[in-house]
Amino acid sequence: MSGKPRLTYINGRGRMESIRWLLAAAGVEFEEIFLQTREQLLKLGQDGSLLFHQLPLVEIDGMKLVQCRAILSYIAGKYNLYGKDLKERALIDMYVEGISDLMQLILMFPFSPPEAKEKKIATIAEKATERYFPVFEKVLKQHGQDFLVGNRFSWADVQLMEAILAVEEKVPSVLSGFPQLQAFKTKMSNMPTIKKFLQPGSPRKPPPDENYVATVMKIFKLD
Amino acid sequence: MSGKPVLHYVSVRGRMEPVKWLLAAAGVEFEERFLETKEDLQKLRTDGSLLFQQVPMVEIDGMKLVQTRAILNYIAGKYNLYGKDLKERALIDMYVEGLADLFELIMYHEFKPANEKEKDLANIMDKATNRYLPVFEKVLKDHGHDFLVGNKLSKADVSLLENILWLEELKPDALAKFPLLQSFKARMSNIPNIKKFLQPGSAKKPLIQEKDIPNVIAIFH
Repeated sequence: MSGKPRLTYINGRGRMESIRWLLAAAGVEFEEIFLQTREQLLKLGQDGSLLFHQLPLVEIDGMKLVQCRAILSYIAGKYNLYGKDLKERALIDMYVEGISDLMQLILMFPFSPPEAKEKKIATIAEKATERYFPVFEKVLKQHGQDFLVGNRFSWADVQLMEAILAVEEKVPSVLSGFPQLQAFKTKMSNMPTIKKFLQPGSPRKPPPDENYVATVMKIFKLD
Repeated sequence: MSGKPVLHYVSVRGRMEPVKWLLAAAGVEFEERFLETKEDLQKLRTDGSLLFQQVPMVEIDGMKLVQTRAILNYIAGKYNLYGKDLKERALIDMYVEGLADLFELIMYHEFKPANEKEKDLANIMDKATNRYLPVFEKVLKDHGHDFLVGNKLSKADVSLLENILWLEELKPDALAKFPLLQSFKARMSNIPNIKKFLQPGSAKKPLIQEKDIPNVIAIFH
């Protein structure tokens, strides 16, 4: 037992990617197990490893944690990325929850039929530029600090960074109206732990492709 | 200004109901402002009161909190319903997140068209009896305590009770195979703050009436 957290998922971004981001940003090394068959998933369910028979699963500090938010909250709390008090935590939670609504569109995108994809990208662009990014542009402008909450690096910064890069993959010019977010993205990219995560060979997974979609459908039986 | 939290939402259960449950369980009185028209929602938006242009929104301690989970986490933290340490919080979060998945199905059931309701209910009961309820039956069985985590009332217990009661409204024998959940329900219902919330005249909303559904949908679309 290495003592490192162990992540069990498929070999792709999906619902585990935010967890990889947060652990990486916190400078925490982790191990990964990639499921390749449905039988492996069912076996985990029978073992009692999966509380609700679902992934992601993260084994950390003697616990088998499921449910992304539970996992992310635990990591944020443990590695001091959750603000200094209840009110800062509330701000971080609000920001993270908003961003996760945007990320949900990105998460579901690979599974939309080809003829719907263009419209979906337009929706992502619209929500990003009209509902979500303006909020964070304003937050950063108003306090003039490097980080979203409490002048200190937190889970909210990591989640926003992940979202910016994910949306840019679909809509390359999405930050063109957001100078604060452009500067934020540059600053985040230069933070040592994030810089390392953004380099080739890191645990960061590539954008989902057809192979990823097929694996998800097969293992999670979503058809 | 009364100092009480102010809840902004439409007058259905929806995404605000868990917030009301938690405040009630914590013994916290609150006020409600109901959106009745699209204009009411628009006004909150143009006021700048809604961070992401959405409700629920709760005014509490000088903040205008949005996003249900952020609101619930703040209330739970403030009123000591969130466990004693990070690990208990992780357990509570896991349980609450699982129940939130179930709640999402239950909440939308009210708005399903009549011809889809039966199939939808069958799906909800299938998930409830095969995926979610057995987990909590086992948790209670394994430790033999009154509450799910740390032998103390937490937001996980409140969420479980809320979901159990709503399931029973949809199908009265929902707990037939879960004796420990039945006794959990009885115990929880007798906790004074919760007992008060379960009485007529409290802020707890009834199931939506079909005639009111179009009005609610119109506010958001």
